[in-house]
Amino acid sequence: MSHTDPATELPMAPRAESAGSATRPGPDSNPIREAIEQVISENRVILFMKGTPEAPACGFSARTVAALQALEVPFAAVDVLPDARIRAELSLISEWPTIPQLFVGGQLIGGCDIVCEMYESGELEQALR
Amino acid sequence: MPSPEHIKQRIEAAIPGAHAEVEDYTGGGDHFRAIITAASFAGRSRIEQHRLVYEVFEDEIGGAIHALSLKTQTPEQLPTPEPGAIT
Repeated sequence: MSHTDPATELPMAPRAESAGSATRPGPDSNPIREAIEQVISENRVILFMKGTPEAPACGFSARTVAALQALEVPFAAVDVLPDARIRAELSLISEWPTIPQLFVGGQLIGGCDIVCEMYESGELEQALR
Repeated sequence: MPSPEHIKQRIEAAIPGAHAEVEDYTGGGDHFRAIITAASFAGRSRIEQHRLVYEVFEDEIGGAIHALSLKTQTPEQLPTPEPGAIT
């Protein structure tokens, strides 16, 4: 039994309301940023990572996935590798320069170092409860 | 290519009172591990502590510095304080 939700695909197409709108998207319109903010708000536990939980493409992502899986917590995962803009926008939103990034309840918990440290201390289990 | 000593000096110059131990854990000059002890971390979350360190390097993180693994702590959190090691 898998404790991992299928990897979340960010909807990269412009959202319906802007596509169908008579007005042009303003300079502030940013579909990728909006898609990232949407998946963060819609998934209580979401990990932005390199690769997928089944096939992590980086050791730091793999260790973070392992911590979440050890706690048997379901989580959504977004692979940042297919489009460099995902990582760029995510780091602007989170003010965090590295991948992976774990969000719980819309808040950045941290990257691999913090997540693994919190796993060791038991704080991660408390944060995810 | 950044060296562990170079990274240590920049962290200690940017964060007042910080003591940094930096290791190049692949030997390739781009993957580093740092343990940073600073009294000024007190009262800040881990996220804020790590951000203070990342801010020292800005765009170099992910660039010349492929990875900078961090452990941050205050002097009070030192597991085994060595007298004289931390000033």
